[in-house]
Amino acid sequence: MTTTVTHAEQKDSPYALTHLDALESEAVHIFREVAGEFERPVVLFSGGKDSIVMLHLALKAFAPAAVPFSLLHVDTGHNFPEVLDLRDRTVAEHGLRLHVAKVQDYIDDGRLRERPDGLRNPLQTVPLTEAISAHRFDAVFGGGRRDEEKARAKERVFSLRDEFSQWDPRRQRPELWQLYNGRHAPGEHVRVFPLSNWTELDVWQYIAREGIELPEIYFAHEREVFSRDGMWLTAGEWGGPKDGEPVETRTVRYRTVGDMSCTGAVDSEATTLESVITEIAASRLTERGATRADDKMSEAAMEDRKREGYF
Amino acid sequence: MTSTTSPLTAEELSATTLLRFATAGSVDDGKSTLVGRLLHDSKSVLSDQLEAVERASLGRGQETPDLALLTDGLRAEREQGITIDVAYRYFATARRRFILADTPGHVQYTRNMVTGASTAELAVVLVDARNGVVEQTRRHAAVAALLRVPHVVLAVNKMDLVDYAEPVFAAIAEEFTSYAASLGVPEITAIPISALAGDNVVEPSANMDWYGGPTVLEHLETVPVSHDLTGCPARFPVQYVIRPQTAEHPDYRGYAGQIASGLLRVGDPVTVLPSGRTTTISGIDALGRSVHTAWAPQSVTVLLADDLDVSRGDLIAPTGSAPAVTQDVRATVCHLHERPLRIGERVLLKHATRTVKAIVKALPYRIDLSHGLAHDNDPAALEVNDIGAVQLRTAEPLPIDAYADSRLTGAFLLIDPADGTTLTAGMAGEAFAEPPSAAGGAAGDEGWDF
Repeated sequence: MTTTVTHAEQKDSPYALTHLDALESEAVHIFREVAGEFERPVVLFSGGKDSIVMLHLALKAFAPAAVPFSLLHVDTGHNFPEVLDLRDRTVAEHGLRLHVAKVQDYIDDGRLRERPDGLRNPLQTVPLTEAISAHRFDAVFGGGRRDEEKARAKERVFSLRDEFSQWDPRRQRPELWQLYNGRHAPGEHVRVFPLSNWTELDVWQYIAREGIELPEIYFAHEREVFSRDGMWLTAGEWGGPKDGEPVETRTVRYRTVGDMSCTGAVDSEATTLESVITEIAASRLTERGATRADDKMSEAAMEDRKREGYF
Repeated sequence: MTSTTSPLTAEELSATTLLRFATAGSVDDGKSTLVGRLLHDSKSVLSDQLEAVERASLGRGQETPDLALLTDGLRAEREQGITIDVAYRYFATARRRFILADTPGHVQYTRNMVTGASTAELAVVLVDARNGVVEQTRRHAAVAALLRVPHVVLAVNKMDLVDYAEPVFAAIAEEFTSYAASLGVPEITAIPISALAGDNVVEPSANMDWYGGPTVLEHLETVPVSHDLTGCPARFPVQYVIRPQTAEHPDYRGYAGQIASGLLRVGDPVTVLPSGRTTTISGIDALGRSVHTAWAPQSVTVLLADDLDVSRGDLIAPTGSAPAVTQDVRATVCHLHERPLRIGERVLLKHATRTVKAIVKALPYRIDLSHGLAHDNDPAALEVNDIGAVQLRTAEPLPIDAYADSRLTGAFLLIDPADGTTLTAGMAGEAFAEPPSAAGGAAGDEGWDF
């Protein structure tokens, strides 16, 4: 084995990057590729932590010029007020343009019907797809990460969707080196995931390093909650609690932020970024496993929703 | 190595480097068990994931959790018990963050191995100690060599089934190392393991005191992820031109991109390709910080001293070591699509940030990776999963490097202009590196014409 280098001799040159710098550089590269190759890109922006990190990266990618994209939020109608507040302040601060597609509008005029279980996340697909087609968006940035869920583990950075927003995992384009193929036919679009290679912990470490503001609900606070399917849900107008679901006050925080009807809080004393990072590093549950009712429906729940055009 | 079991502080976590690596091997070699053990022993498999795997395994009548179900995420994969696609897995230790491209080992999935290896700095090739180096092992070594993966690990698995015998390991390591070295793999580390029993995966084995090297995880944690960049010429493909045109920045004109190779310094004389105009770097913005030096793979914005016509698709390189600009590209390719690639076909060629029209002028040969790299000259077409040589003529000149010199500026894709399908992955230049001088002559003995 003459070619083997002795183990002790190996060390990195001064030109190594930290993993956060490497991930940031990759995400910025992805934003710039889209800016260079697409006509009408849009960033899905909810005010949740992943979308806030995406926007932060986009701002860095094009500074000192403005971000050359608009933003789109699919509003389920059951959002946390603290999240909408930060969404709107962020949009105003950076002079951005925000489009809002409302699930409630679709329910009110009968294009969508409320589900028996009251979950609204699955209802987002139609308003999302129609907003994409109405605005003729050709690239749609999402904050999805491959560590979130096993169907997402096989998602591409550039993910081609047909005119119904459908994802076909068997027809994905191989993605090699950093050569992203964004070609698409009229009516099709490409979902782009700049945070593909980030983990939940990376996102939090990056938030801490960059000093990014988040909605307060990501940090421990007292809240009136009730237990359903092993998760702490917020009591509210959206439909909880039902009879026999006692409400109690607990100290909790959110690990993910989505529709109030299916996003659970976790018991936590973590009130600072540092304590959140420590808590996540020690956690024995994934963020979706801990907090998302919609993923527990079946082994392939996420795959099925993705095929239908979900984020 | 106790670092993997103690909790990490916030400081430790943020100071780690990133290693992208790929694994190749079939289920029978114990690849899923190895991956499962790396994830499990580094505490990257969380209890809800493990519960889901246990539930699914029980549902199929298996008594022990099948760790392959952790990575086989798609319905068809679970139903057919196969891995269709590259799965990316993430785990971390105190020293490093890892991105693992887990690629299926079936013969027909060469394209997945090529895909996984294209971004990997290290490849782990698994063999079963009872079977030694088999055809598939040679294919995996060839793919790693072809994609110029800098570090290759041979994990000789199931050592428990050969009584942890050193001669068994030594013979396999010797055979693999000389084969991989003859293909030009620059660094090979052979490690005897038992993924099932845990020998030398995370913890050193108590059963093989004759082995003095690192465990798999120790090696992954310490292998260099960077090298001395001062020796590689800088390559900066321009992605986007930043022109704020605001009152605050009326004249700012920056060229945004990710450094593909080498390092850039303020004051460096540079040439813009393909135009060939020269200027100097007057400033570098590294995502909000003005810096004097920046290096691969940083995303930066470069400011130039002269007002040249530079746009997306151009390449900025140091004057004096800029790549040659050519319309005739000879390359080694892996064909990725069911539609065959034929002579005369009109395609799009995507190289760095530029996409140009191209035509397939010749298909000189196809390489059979499984039989001593036999050449099949003048094939009628390249079929899916074929590796072969292609001669292309491009509509515009390209500043393309040999893939051997620069992976990112020597690589390209061929795309179907009609529907945008990615057809082929290309690497400019000849297929395999010259073997290291110590093993020199082996290639010549085989009669290779490169």
